[in-house]
Amino acid sequence: MLELDKIVLKFKADDHELTALKEISLHFETGKIYVITGPNGSGKSSLARVIMGIHRPGSGRVIFDGEDITGLGITERSRKGIGYAFQHPARFKGLRVADILEIAMRNGEHNDCHYLSELGLCPEDYLERPLDASLSGGEIKRIEIATLLALNPRLRIFDEPEAGIDLWSFEQLIEVIGASHRPDTTTIIISHQEKILQMADQIILLEDGAVSLHGPREQVWPVIRDSVRCACRQDCSRGGMYYVNCPR
Amino acid sequence: MLTALDRKMLRQIAGLEGDPPGAFNIRKNGQGIERRSIPGIEIIPKEGKPGIDILVKPGTTGTVHIPVILTASGLNDLVYNTIEIGESADILLIAGCGIHNPGHGEARHDGVHEIFVRRGARLRYREKHYGEGEGKGKRILNPKTVLLVEEGASAELELVQIRGVDDTVRDTKVRVEAGGRLAIYERLLTHGTQEARSDVEVDLAGDESTARVISRSVAQGTSKQLFRPRLVAHGRGRGHVECDSIIMDQAVIRSIPEIWAENAAAELVHEAAIGKIAGEQIVKLMTLGLTEKEAEEAIISGFLK
Ligand SMILES: Nc1ncnc2c1ncn2[C@@H]1O[C@H](COP(=O)(O)OP(=O)(O)OP(=O)(O)O)[C@@H](O)[C@H]1O
Ligand SMILES: [Mg+2]
Repeated sequence: MLELDKIVLKFKADDHELTALKEISLHFETGKIYVITGPNGSGKSSLARVIMGIHRPGSGRVIFDGEDITGLGITERSRKGIGYAFQHPARFKGLRVADILEIAMRNGEHNDCHYLSELGLCPEDYLERPLDASLSGGEIKRIEIATLLALNPRLRIFDEPEAGIDLWSFEQLIEVIGASHRPDTTTIIISHQEKILQMADQIILLEDGAVSLHGPREQVWPVIRDSVRCACRQDCSRGGMYYVNCPR
Repeated sequence: MLTALDRKMLRQIAGLEGDPPGAFNIRKNGQGIERRSIPGIEIIPKEGKPGIDILVKPGTTGTVHIPVILTASGLNDLVYNTIEIGESADILLIAGCGIHNPGHGEARHDGVHEIFVRRGARLRYREKHYGEGEGKGKRILNPKTVLLVEEGASAELELVQIRGVDDTVRDTKVRVEAGGRLAIYERLLTHGTQEARSDVEVDLAGDESTARVISRSVAQGTSKQLFRPRLVAHGRGRGHVECDSIIMDQAVIRSIPEIWAENAAAELVHEAAIGKIAGEQIVKLMTLGLTEKEAEEAIISGFLK
């Protein structure tokens, strides 16, 4: 359903150029769950943004349902069925939680409540709240995810959905993402979490802007398992990130 | 009596379908054309000058509509209203002015409101400005409000002007006595070459008086806005002024909040911010299928809601 063909993405800083994605080619099939993992700065969010149309690749093509959508903007891609839950959700002055859910659902069913409650947010407490700095990091993250669930696109990309979410809600999150994945949807999750990696049909490891491993979970997981587990320890003990200097 | 156009204007400024409930006075093109008093709320035309007196008896609860509509060009309507909200009354007062200027001359309404909210009474005041018209004639509104909030009384003013008015100078002066509470919510959108200016002066005269002045505005095109809210505390008052603006295109916005304390126990805060719509907000809404323009409108209308 989605094909990335030799995607190159460069960012220009003042005096130098950074290649965030180096000829990435990937194929995503309908009905499968993909988990993209990899160190900070490896290009995971950049890749998601290229799929959503937020970044235009310098070269390469994005093919969706057999159609070349490389030249299409964000709105058109959304209308074709691509959706993205941001790693760092935007905050709005003036929009309420109900407003954004309504926008997400304006072409679909009308029941804004259950997406929130499924993620552990009581709708009565949250629907009227402004989507601004008064929400905590975990709250806004869960609302972002609820918005993507409400939009219900055929291709869903969750960018580190677990970030900032407490342990109890995390279990629920996994369940909700899993349950809402249907045979006609494709789910891409960017994550570092073992439990989320366990949901994958396919795991993609990005390193330094390139795909260094891609395959069925059964094959990829044993290879990266140690680094993820080790990372978890590092994460806890000194707040550092994993993959970096990870003793094997 | 009321034409379809009049009805439309009334809908725009007061959400009215048909006759207003409760007491009302409808003023059109410089004349009072319909009026109704009800028990406890009396509306009397002033003698010797244009305008009305609204007398609310103590303890009365109710709604009063006093819309003004201008549908002719070359009109300069000046009106003086005196409103007396008796002790412990609880009143919703819906004012507002709609201008439909069909011609090339100016259509102008200068309303002077003098409002007394007596001890323990509560006033909610809504004022919405609306302008339209085919002609090149300017639509000008200069409301002037002098408000007294007596001991233990409360007043909440909601002042709204979204597009349509070319020139506005709003002048609001409030005195809040001991234990009185004031809230002013101002929302403004200007576009084209419109200009708007709002001066708010709040005098927290008594102890334990409080005031919140919150203005949110959007300036588009080459429009210009100027805000000058000032809070003065003479006693142990508490006040908060907030001006928050979205600036677009080639617009100009000046915000000059002022706080002034004459008592060491006063607590006054002001905040002012001007900025454009953040790109990430637009992008987020576009990922939900809105066009860039729709996203912008959704953000603006939410901001001004
Ligand atoms: N808008 C931008 N301008 C310049 N450089 C950028 C921009 N966005 C990302 N980059 C750079 O591109 C590289 C890839 O960033 P990206 O956000 O895709 O990483 P990531 O894998 O999602 O990392 P993380 O795990 O921290 O979320 C990084 O070096 C980053 O600094
Ligand atoms: Mg990222």
